[in-house]
Amino acid sequence: MSANKESWGSRVGLILAMAGNAVGLGNFLRFPVQAVQNGGGAFIIPYLVCFLVMGIPLLWIEWSMGRFGGKFGHHSTPFIVDTMHRNRLWKYIGVFGIWTNIAVASYYCYLESWTLSYVFHSIGGTFAGLDQNGVSAFFNEYVSLGESTFGIPYEPIVFFVICLLLNTWILSQGLAKGVERVAKIGMPLLILFGIFLAYKGFTITAGENGAINDSSVGLNFLWTPNFDELWSPSVWLAAAGQIFFTLSVGMGTIHCYASYVRSKDDIALNAMSAGWMNEFVEVVLGAAILIPISIGYLGVDGVTELVNSQGGLGLGFRTLPYLFYQWGDVLGAVAGVMWFGLLFFAGITSSLAMGTPWIGFLQDEFNWRRKPAAWSFGLIVLLLGMPTVLFFKYGVFDEYDYWAGTVSLVVFALFESILFAWVFGMNKGWREITSGADIKVPNFYKFIIKFITPLLLLWVFIGSLITPKGGDWTGALSNGWELDDSSIINKIKNSSLKRQLAEATDPEVIQQLQDTLFFVNASRTLLVAVFLSIALLVYIAYKKRVREGRI
Amino acid sequence: MLSTIILVTGLMSYFFYRVLNAPPKPEPDSYLDNDDEIERQAPRA
Repeated sequence: MSANKESWGSRVGLILAMAGNAVGLGNFLRFPVQAVQNGGGAFIIPYLVCFLVMGIPLLWIEWSMGRFGGKFGHHSTPFIVDTMHRNRLWKYIGVFGIWTNIAVASYYCYLESWTLSYVFHSIGGTFAGLDQNGVSAFFNEYVSLGESTFGIPYEPIVFFVICLLLNTWILSQGLAKGVERVAKIGMPLLILFGIFLAYKGFTITAGENGAINDSSVGLNFLWTPNFDELWSPSVWLAAAGQIFFTLSVGMGTIHCYASYVRSKDDIALNAMSAGWMNEFVEVVLGAAILIPISIGYLGVDGVTELVNSQGGLGLGFRTLPYLFYQWGDVLGAVAGVMWFGLLFFAGITSSLAMGTPWIGFLQDEFNWRRKPAAWSFGLIVLLLGMPTVLFFKYGVFDEYDYWAGTVSLVVFALFESILFAWVFGMNKGWREITSGADIKVPNFYKFIIKFITPLLLLWVFIGSLITPKGGDWTGALSNGWELDDSSIINKIKNSSLKRQLAEATDPEVIQQLQDTLFFVNASRTLLVAVFLSIALLVYIAYKKRVREGRI
Repeated sequence: MLSTIILVTGLMSYFFYRVLNAPPKPEPDSYLDNDDEIERQAPRA
């Protein structure tokens, strides 16, 4: 018998937890940068289309798969997918739904710990009086485990451990008393902080507090549509990719949360409510903070350069703390607390979701109690996360992010969409989606889920596998297909690193690149080993079920 | 920009409003807050 007798405390709590799972740091740091790099206002068209034909269908698929598996007492993807078809291999595809979460949590909790640390540094006035280079240098010093202004030795590790302890303790309190309670506090605060910062982003005036542009310049830069980009497959690929990151689909967390919903209760409206809440945070709040504030003070050229060199993460941590202090010491500190506070809430509501599939798996299959299962998650994430902290400069963090946080989502989503629509069957699938629904689900979604969503996912996967050089699809078709370094195939071959090594002449640079190559390969080996270990556990659990006559 | 912001905010508000105003399902449902209370079913003294 499973030790898992949990349930959600309330429907609003479930929706806030699901929205919190979806809302992450990417809503504020990734989305605006993607929009700027992919046609500004025109990006929103493919983005919303992908949300309608891929995001919403995947939400419904995952919610209904989760609720379906929950009927049989399963709360993690290996055995949820196992209930949907007899083929024994499906449960090993379901391993993705545990592995992705553990691997992503390992670097995501580290990122989350930065936000927690930066909240305290904002309160402590660390950034007051620093110029832009000073704030940027602080970040470099921080991630290199350098000297701490608080005098705490190995401060990033300390905050990482604090963050993990906090996550683990909350998870050990259970769904209703832990995860849901945090979502009920965190999500409203996140939206409140976001509205304040978005208001500031909307009201910057040139000449005031050192601003060189009105906020309209930044907003125009972000929102002015470049319709030429609309026909570029790279832009569509970027839009589809953003939908994955933002909705946390293809991870296994939605399945797990939904598995605690009873079969007669609604999922169709719940999924829409949580999904659109995420879109609000991303499109309305996320677009109104990072880029408009940065451009208000640094200008379009300055921000373009920073976006290209540092990305959203760099802009959020290296630049914004400095810009906030243009509003004065007190407001600068308050804005810093709000910015990193909202990022922290965005992060923790997602990382908590990442813990639940592993905990559900141990409870269901090995009769573990919630508390030891939660602490085992904390320990695994600590062990797997330490390489991202210690060897950050060698690209371990990025490697985890690429394979677990990017490629794996697409692979699992592709498999689950095929399983749901073609193997489990669209008629049964449709009944699952509409059973207990509090809204009328449009019938054309039957067609979309069966044909459009899997095809789009296949296209996203193939597009990522063989991305042509510079994203020039037309050129690649006519002039021969040269792979881009960002393509999965060239990533596996380490093409970029090997080329840099071949071109390098400075012995110090060569050493750094060789070390990076070693750590990149070691990270991959470690991730594969973790995947195989979970697959082995699934096999053991399956054999245990057979012995006990539960399958 | 404005139309996108209005559309997204409107749809989020609409669906959340629908959730808040949906009639509760017959018990037992998925949520503790709406479940039977043990005392209610206890035999009267």
